Amino acid sequence: MRRRLLTGNQAAAWGARLSGMEYAPFFPITPQTEIMETLAGWIDRGELTGRLVTLDSEHSMVTAAGAAAATGVRVFTATSSQGLLHAMEMIYTVPGWRAPFVMVNVSRGIASPITLEPDHNDIMAARDSGFLQIHCATCQEVLDAILLAYRIAEHPRVRLPVLVNMDGFYLSFTREPVIIPDAALATRFVGAFTDDDTQFTPRTPTSLGVAVLGGTPYSYFRYQAHQASLNALEIFEESAEEFHTLFNRRPLLIEEFYSEDADIVFVMIGSFATKAKNAVMELRAEGWKIGLVRPCLLRPLPIHAIFKALTGKKGVAVIDQNLAAGRGGVLHGEITGALYGRPGAPPTITSFIGGLGGRDISGAEFREMAVVTHHAMERGETPPPRLLFTQAELASVRKMQATALGSHALPTKTQKGEGHE
Amino acid sequence: MYRIRFHGRGGQGMKTASRILGTACFIEGYEVQDAPRYGAERRGAPMFAYVRVSHTTIYERGVVPVPDLVVVADASLMAIPAAGLLTGCTPQTILIMPPLYAETPPLPFPGVHLTMDMDKIRETQISPSHLSSLWAGAAARLCGIVTETSLLQAVEEELVLLGEEAVAKNRQSALFGWRLMEAHTGCVTEKREPSSKAPPPEWIEFPWDPVSMSAPAIRSPETSRGVITGLWRSVRPVIDDARCGKCWWNCSVHCPDSAITVNKEGAPVIDYAHCKGCLICVEECPRRAITVRPEERDPEKGDPP
Repeated sequence: MRRRLLTGNQAAAWGARLSGMEYAPFFPITPQTEIMETLAGWIDRGELTGRLVTLDSEHSMVTAAGAAAATGVRVFTATSSQGLLHAMEMIYTVPGWRAPFVMVNVSRGIASPITLEPDHNDIMAARDSGFLQIHCATCQEVLDAILLAYRIAEHPRVRLPVLVNMDGFYLSFTREPVIIPDAALATRFVGAFTDDDTQFTPRTPTSLGVAVLGGTPYSYFRYQAHQASLNALEIFEESAEEFHTLFNRRPLLIEEFYSEDADIVFVMIGSFATKAKNAVMELRAEGWKIGLVRPCLLRPLPIHAIFKALTGKKGVAVIDQNLAAGRGGVLHGEITGALYGRPGAPPTITSFIGGLGGRDISGAEFREMAVVTHHAMERGETPPPRLLFTQAELASVRKMQATALGSHALPTKTQKGEGHE
Repeated sequence: MYRIRFHGRGGQGMKTASRILGTACFIEGYEVQDAPRYGAERRGAPMFAYVRVSHTTIYERGVVPVPDLVVVADASLMAIPAAGLLTGCTPQTILIMPPLYAETPPLPFPGVHLTMDMDKIRETQISPSHLSSLWAGAAARLCGIVTETSLLQAVEEELVLLGEEAVAKNRQSALFGWRLMEAHTGCVTEKREPSSKAPPPEWIEFPWDPVSMSAPAIRSPETSRGVITGLWRSVRPVIDDARCGKCWWNCSVHCPDSAITVNKEGAPVIDYAHCKGCLICVEECPRRAITVRPEERDPEKGDPP
C-alpha cells in the first residue's frame, strides 16, 4: 500500500492495472488520453502484461470491448464526451449482450458549441443504456470504483458493463493523494473472471445480440437486463463491505456529509460536490443546519438510500451539472421522482443548473442557493429552476457577440428580462 | 492552506514546477492538490498551474481565485491580459518573476513584488530546459515549509523518467532557485477566504435572444486577426532577403497559420503578430533562407508589445 500524488487519469490506469486488465481497446480523446498513455507506458516498459489496441473509432472500441468481454476476457477502456456519443449505438447494444467490462468516462461538455471542460451531459446520454454508473468525487474514488466495478459487473446476478465517471480537468488532470492498494489484495478482492457463460471457443460458437420479432421476447430480454441492474444495488453493498474489510475504506452508494441533523441538504454528483462540502462547513460554522447528499451510484439509482437520507428534510437544493434541453436538470428529475408520494418527503426541492462546460461554482453561490432554498421553505413556494449565470457573465458574452457578429448583430436593445429585475 | 499559482507559456515547464513543489510538500506530510490549466493548442500560449497545500483534507477544487504566491516564468506575459497573472492578488500576495521589461508601466499589483535575478542564473549556465526546477525551488523556499532534502527528492521523483543526468542537473537548478530566495524564506502566508465576505452572486433572469445571435456562429470576417497569436512565439523565423529565391510559394503555402504573405515584388513577408514560431517555414525553404532567432519583441518594429 502506497499513498502517492496521482491525477484522476493515473488513478484510473492504476485501477485497471490492479484489476488484472487483459485487453484494452482504446481511441484517444481529451481529457481521457492520459489513461491510455499511462497504460501504454507500463506495457511498453514491461510493468504490465495485457494488450492495448487502438481502434479506428469509439464505436469500434466499444464493440471490441463488448465482444472480448463476452468471451471471458477482462476488458478495460475509457472515453469522453464526443467519443462516448460516437459510440452510443454500441453503448446501448453491449449491455444486451450481458458482457461485463469497465469503461471510464472522463466527463466533458458536448457540442455545440464544442468545449474541453467538464459537465455531465455526456454521461447522462448513457444514463439509460444498461451500463451501471458510478460517479466519483475524488481520485481515490476513481481507483476504488474500478476495482469495485469489476466485482459487480462480473457478478452472476448482474453481468452488465459499468461506466465509472470522473470530471475532466477537476479530477482527470488534478493530482491529489491516492492510496494505491496492495496488488495481491486487489487481485484477491476482484477475483477471477470465470463464468461458465463466457467459455467461448471456436468449437462452441455463440451468436450474441440476435434479432427477435414481436414484442414478447424483446420485452423479456430488456426487462431481464433491468432486473440485473437492480440486483447491482445488493451486490454493490456486499462488495463494498468486503472492500472495507480488505482496504479499510468503504465505497458508498450515497455519501452523506453532515446531512443527518440538517434542515437543508445540497444534492449533487461528481467532483464539484467537494466544493459543496466546503460551503457546508462554512455555513455550519455560522449556525446553518445544512449538509450534502451525494449519490455515488446513479445506475441503478439507490432510491431507498436516497429516500432514507432525505426524508424529514425541510428543503433540498439539487444542483445539476447537466442540462436536459426542454426539461432542466436530470438529477432534479431523478431525485423528485425517487421521493414523490412518500411520507416524509421534503416539501421543498429547488433546482439549480451550474457548472456547465466547467463553469465554476463559487462559495458565495452555494451560500445563495441555501438562502433561496430557505426562503422557498418559509414561503412554501418553490422558485423556478435557476441557471447559475451572473450579470458579469452576460456582459462577457455580449462582448464576444459584438466581435463575432460585428455588423451582423441585431440592433442593440435591452432584451426583456435582462439585468436586475 | 497555501494557494500557489504558476504562470508561464506552454513548454516553459510550469506544470512540472507545480508538480515538483506539490510533491515536495507532500513528502513533508501535507495534503496537496496540483493541476495545470491550458486550452486546445498551446505551446507558447499562456498557461498556468496551481498548487494547494494544507494540513487537512482539501475541500476546494479548480483554479485558485485568490493566490498567496504567484510565480511568473516569463515577463512578456505581463502584456497579455488574458493570462490573468495578477487576478485575485491581495496585499498579502507574494509575486516572484524575472525583471519587467523596461517599457512596462508600474504593475497594478498590491502585494510584495520580488524579482528573480536572471543574470545570476545565466552566469551559472543553467539550461533553460531546467528552469522549471529553479522556479519550484524558489517557490518552496518562499513558502518555507519544505526542507532542502524534500525538494531534491521531489525533483528526482518527478523527473526520474528523464534519466540520471537530467535529474542531477535539475537538482542543481532547484537548489540554485532555493538559495536565491534565502533572504525571503517563509514570506508566503496562508489565508482563509470565507465566502461570507464575498458579495452574493448577481444572478440574472436569463434572457431569450433570437437565433441570429444565440447560436455559436461567427459572422464577422477575419475575427482571428484580433487574436495576437504572435505572443505565443518563443523563437522567431527571419527571412534572409539575400538568400531568398522568391519562389514565393514554399514558405507561404506551408505556413499553417497563413502568416506568410507575398508582396508585390514576389517576396515573402512574415506577419509577426500571428506567426506562432512553429518553424515549418524554416524546414520547407529549399534555399535555407529562413533562420531562427531567439524571440526579442521590439514594439518599434511593429511587434506586439
